[in-house]
Amino acid sequence: MKQETSTLEIDDPFSNTLPAYTLVNLRINGQTHKLRLQPWVSLLDAIREYIGLTGTKKGCDHGQCGACTVLVDGKRINSCLTLAIMKDGAEITTIEGLADGEANHPLQDAFIEHDAFQCGYCTPGQICSAVGMFNEGRAHTLEDVKELMSGNICRCGAYTNINAAIMEVKAKLENE
Amino acid sequence: MNNFSYNKVTEVAEAVADLTGHTNARFIAGGTNLLDLMKENVAKPDHLTDINKLALAGIEATEDGGLSLGALATNADTAWNELVEQKYPLLSQAILAGASPQLRNMATNGGNLFQRTRCYYFYDTATACNKREPGSGCSAINGINRIHAILGTSEHCIATHPSDMCVALAALNAKVNVTGPYGDRVIEFRDFHRLPGDTPHLDNNVQDGELVTSIDLPPSNFTQHFHYLKVRERQSYAFALVSVAAALELDGNVIKDIRLALGGVAHKPWRDRSCEEAFIGQEATEANFRALAEKILADAKGYGSNTFKIDLAKRAIVRAFSEALKNN
Ligand SMILES: Cc1cc2nc3c(=O)[nH]c(=O)nc-3n(C[C@H](O)[C@H](O)[C@H](O)COP(=O)(O)OP(=O)(O)OC[C@H]3O[C@@H](n4cnc5c(N)ncnc54)[C@H](O)[C@@H]3O)c2cc1C
Ligand code: SF4
Ligand code: FES
Ligand code: FES
Repeated sequence: MKQETSTLEIDDPFSNTLPAYTLVNLRINGQTHKLRLQPWVSLLDAIREYIGLTGTKKGCDHGQCGACTVLVDGKRINSCLTLAIMKDGAEITTIEGLADGEANHPLQDAFIEHDAFQCGYCTPGQICSAVGMFNEGRAHTLEDVKELMSGNICRCGAYTNINAAIMEVKAKLENE
Repeated sequence: MNNFSYNKVTEVAEAVADLTGHTNARFIAGGTNLLDLMKENVAKPDHLTDINKLALAGIEATEDGGLSLGALATNADTAWNELVEQKYPLLSQAILAGASPQLRNMATNGGNLFQRTRCYYFYDTATACNKREPGSGCSAINGINRIHAILGTSEHCIATHPSDMCVALAALNAKVNVTGPYGDRVIEFRDFHRLPGDTPHLDNNVQDGELVTSIDLPPSNFTQHFHYLKVRERQSYAFALVSVAAALELDGNVIKDIRLALGGVAHKPWRDRSCEEAFIGQEATEANFRALAEKILADAKGYGSNTFKIDLAKRAIVRAFSEALKNN
């Protein structure tokens, strides 16, 4: 399938060639972004390259590392293995959307306190994933947390401190 | 990834029509397998029919006392569904042993059935692979085949089916409901996936344009003695080298019914009812589980780097049944 992807007329999206773009409404961190996207743009690329929110990271681009984890309607997913066009209208939360104004999300503070990173590349994914895990309500013990955070690889091996940060916030949330 | 057109459909009939209206279209559900393969240029559809808006995400009790799992219910919603946890805990265990929480939130029950092999050569377009490119040869048979099959192989392909969920579905005698250009039909789980034979490019017996709408589980008594054991290179977030779905219905210590399905050993979840039947009426002892393991693996064949799987599978079977006995 060969065709020019950049020259199709805006007012002619239904010509015989493949569409060069489709209008997609992405709701990210409470704000609507109207984008013209080609159907093959991943949600991850739309967030980083089109909207410019670079907190969400690309590690493997194949669902194998978790660096690209975002929340869609409160559920954690890998944004590299979904198309932006498939998430038209969904409520998406990235790491940039977790803080409450100037106040960090408790997990952000706990990660700093526990030194839960070295390079920090996996951190946005780890934190979004932990928020998703709290929403699921299935993690009760440290063992559960380890298993249910296994979709987030840390190349620096900061797991001990990541788990400590998560366990501390978990305990706080449960005491509220 | 090649370019493609895209359409989001809302009705089942529309989905089938949209797909069949293109030469090389695919349904897209969670996208976790299809997009991965498209990024590797292993799958090159010219059109995607997005089926996520179809009303097929329900999980409901059926009149016969079984359960119907919607094709678009996610793996996470299925594993953590109250009815599934109560009546089919083996299925919950198997699903939760697969992939990662993020992937399970995306992966659908329908898509899980169609996930393709993780054979490294299948993924690598620079190598020969009969599954990807019929007639080109199989790089795995004389290559690195640590993750490959030991049962039901052919000289053309020794790939395994990678799903965990499907191993439990095989053990539980699931049925798959399909609709398509030729009407509706029901496929018994044992007939859903196929062995490679001389057409390894075909993973299953679903026809082009057919859509899975739901998976039915018949009533089950395997709520007490069951275990899904997955042996892999690391403790989580890795595919199975060998997995075992074991389930027992006991009368005292006598086996009333028994189910054994294996993952990671063949082109489809491996079950042999005649092996199971030989142990009905016998005592649930380790010696009998060992005999069952020997029997189901009698024809197993290794290809070098995967030969260890034969012993591994036997031991995993004994361990899975021993764990199943402990449950109560
Ligand atoms: C890193 C990684 C690790 C993984 N680990 C595991 C694991 O340990 N165990 C395991 O079992 N799985 C594992 N998986 C695989 C995962 O479970 C599958 O990718 C997933 O189940 C596929 O579902 P989907 O909805 O995303 O399918 P999609 O990718 O959307 O579709 C897959 C195929 O099915 C077809 N299809 C989808 N729905 C239907 C339907 N209703 N009717 C007809 N055709 C349909 C599509 O056309 C496509 O060809 C892993 C995946 C990744 C990326
Ligand atoms: S085992 Fe099957 S999938 Fe793997 S290279 Fe051989 S033909 Fe291809
Ligand atoms: S970038 Fe998405 S999982 Fe690695
Ligand atoms: S902190 Fe470096 S990858 Fe996790």
